[in-house]
Amino acid sequence: MLNLFSGLELGPIFRALMRNKIGALLIALQIALTLTIMVNAIFMMQERSQQMARASGLDESNTFYLSNTVFAQNYNLKTALQQDLQRIRQTPGVVDATQINAIPLSGGGWSMSLQTKAGDDIEGTGSAVYMVDENGINALGVELIAGENFQSSDIVWREEGSTTWPPKTIITKALAEAMFEGDWKSALGKTVYIDNHQPVQITGIINTLQAPWNGWNGVERSMLVPQQLDNKGSRFFIRTEPGRRDELMPVIEKMLAESDRGRIIRNVTSMEQTRDKSYQEHQATNTTLLTVIIVLTLITGFGIVGLAMFSINRRTRQIGTRRALGASQWQVMRYFMLENLLISSAGVLLGAAGAVGLNIWLVSTFSMSPLSPVLLVIGVVALLIVGQLAVSYPALVASRISPATATRGRA
Amino acid sequence: MFSYYVKLAYLSCKRTWGMTLLMVCAIGLGIGASMTTITVNYLMSANPIPQKSEQLFFVQMDAWQPNNPFNDDGDAPTQLTYRDATYLWQAQKAKRQSIQSGMAAVIEPADKEVLPFMVQGRANSADFFSMFDVPFLYGTGWDHQADLKKERVIVINAELNERLFGGKDSTGQTVRMAGEDYKVTGVIDRWNPKPKFYDISTGAFNDVEEVFVPFSLITEQKFSRSGNTNCWKPTGSGFQAFLDSECIWLQLWVELPTEQDKEAYFSFMNAYAKEQNQYGRFARTDNNKLRDVMQWLENQQVVADDANMMMAMSLMFLLVCLLNTVGLLLAKFLGKASEIGVRQALGASRNDLFIQHLIESGCIGLAGGLLGLVLAILGLEAIKVMYGDWIRDLAQLDLTLVAMAIGLAIVSALLAGLYPTWRACQVQPSVQLKSQ
Repeated sequence: MLNLFSGLELGPIFRALMRNKIGALLIALQIALTLTIMVNAIFMMQERSQQMARASGLDESNTFYLSNTVFAQNYNLKTALQQDLQRIRQTPGVVDATQINAIPLSGGGWSMSLQTKAGDDIEGTGSAVYMVDENGINALGVELIAGENFQSSDIVWREEGSTTWPPKTIITKALAEAMFEGDWKSALGKTVYIDNHQPVQITGIINTLQAPWNGWNGVERSMLVPQQLDNKGSRFFIRTEPGRRDELMPVIEKMLAESDRGRIIRNVTSMEQTRDKSYQEHQATNTTLLTVIIVLTLITGFGIVGLAMFSINRRTRQIGTRRALGASQWQVMRYFMLENLLISSAGVLLGAAGAVGLNIWLVSTFSMSPLSPVLLVIGVVALLIVGQLAVSYPALVASRISPATATRGRA
Repeated sequence: MFSYYVKLAYLSCKRTWGMTLLMVCAIGLGIGASMTTITVNYLMSANPIPQKSEQLFFVQMDAWQPNNPFNDDGDAPTQLTYRDATYLWQAQKAKRQSIQSGMAAVIEPADKEVLPFMVQGRANSADFFSMFDVPFLYGTGWDHQADLKKERVIVINAELNERLFGGKDSTGQTVRMAGEDYKVTGVIDRWNPKPKFYDISTGAFNDVEEVFVPFSLITEQKFSRSGNTNCWKPTGSGFQAFLDSECIWLQLWVELPTEQDKEAYFSFMNAYAKEQNQYGRFARTDNNKLRDVMQWLENQQVVADDANMMMAMSLMFLLVCLLNTVGLLLAKFLGKASEIGVRQALGASRNDLFIQHLIESGCIGLAGGLLGLVLAILGLEAIKVMYGDWIRDLAQLDLTLVAMAIGLAIVSALLAGLYPTWRACQVQPSVQLKSQ
């Protein structure tokens, strides 16, 4: 072991470094800060990517929705709604359609609290509320995993300002788990209470359906309620056959707008657009962070190249002398590679401490979660490789210095 | 002497152009990244109404659930119930007061060829326009009487005036909205405070509404409310039950010019809470708040976490770039040791050498700063593309920021140059001359 190290000339490298402490220190500090930033930036990106990767539960690529705003006076909302839905469902290429009060991931919607016991001061579980008819499950494309869908006889009208809730609901698995200690199957058939006192029976459970608010920690908790809104403003949610969404969006918009001049059809939006908009800031932040990481690594890399070139220029004669005394090209190259490895190692050690420190600060200031150690190790290895790559060109230049240089005067 | 040093700096940079380019790029990138994030943060935390932000107060009263505060930290709710807001407004105890909620309605243009369209609006009381210094292109707002009599009057913005009346003075004309005729009393000139301090409940950087109507009309239920509504207690059915409920959905701003006014108003609020407490409301009678504009924006953290985080990251990024520059400058100046030796031998004092090299660092900083400015402009454009429309007005460089960018670059470069310069001045002329 000892022989191996002496063979690697760590001693002379170290002593030479000590003579140019500042230069080495500057590189080490740069590497340390780069690691600190890099690891935390990648970590933030991972957190966002995980959030974005969560399924909404919808058939996202084949669904869209639109807003229907009635302005005409003396308008028969109920008849018009039934006619509209019938027209949409009969359009070739449409799989199903429903009226709905809010759109998943859109940022605006209703929430209510559900309690397992009736009463005023009982802790409840928050849930997003989607009011749909018996076609809701098929139109959204969500998967019913227990119980049954609403019947058309279950659907009731909700007048404006009404606060009564129908007796049945279909809830998501996550909501069931939150209310019944992780045992979602046991939720089926149970009665829960909405608005503190009104009993509602859970008649079905769906796998996944996200709430309208992507930043809410209960985003997986939603409930379907068999109600149709008797409102001047409503939304239609439409599912098409695969691949026909873009073609049908303008067709249905035009058909509805022309069928009736007493209302405005607006915000015709696909679910994919809604997802993009919902996560636009996340996406933008991730792109920015990625750019920062790349540019930072490049700067640190080029900084290493610049300083190594300088130190080699200054040591041309020594290198020449070493070559003249019998050192091979490879030995000269190895000298500079090892020198960089020593500096980088000090840098990444310091950087690892910095990364953890910054993470602790981020966790306490911006409520982020703590860093994974695996990421730290990956960051350390990556930067050591960057250091070696950056120094390899100057080291190559050094190795090509001719032994004859030693005999000449000043280079 | 100065121009001579600049010339020397130029020659020196030309000789080691690779290193110089690397340093200029490093400073440029660091400054570019920092200025991009500083700009967004600076504009997010700007004072939207500096002339009177300390006289305008957001009223918070805590009639929320007795054993479960609205906010986790126990702070008062961010909106008011109809009954509390209207009581405080009707009392008219402040110099000015404006009660408000968001609204939306459909406008049917007189020209039947033009399709009806939806507008986002605000239902507010008369004082809104005077207390927030809203600029008018034509006409004015309405008066207190119009509020009380529920007159169908409307204030529209310049864009809508353009759309409906071709940009002409439309005061006195009518707008058909939500099935009724509203008389135009005024047209607002371009006014888009960022943050939109008077209502940040649905986004602090949204655009100003297109129409404004008397708040009292909201009880007529002709148009729909918009914004957030939070309830903690079941309400009865129907609109009257909703108005009487404990649901919070209204905001009230008051103008209190002096400290005494503020104290008097605060005691009035607290007295009201105490009185209501006797009827079983306001479990936390002393949890009422009067925050001025900047305190309110601070409390609601309108500067996004992401923006703060990005700024911290970019400042660290700048630090790496500076360390890089220190290293390269050090290498560069030490590489000139023999030249420095000659200059010293020819009579240049350490002071001269110090100034000469600081000027060289400053020149590199200036070049880096200019590059940084260009990169900041590109960075802000990229931010507009990536983050979408709402950030448009927050990604705008102004003169202060440009000056700041250049200043930051030069100061950074000088700081970075300090140590290498000092080292350069330590060169012993005799040693250098001997080795020649």
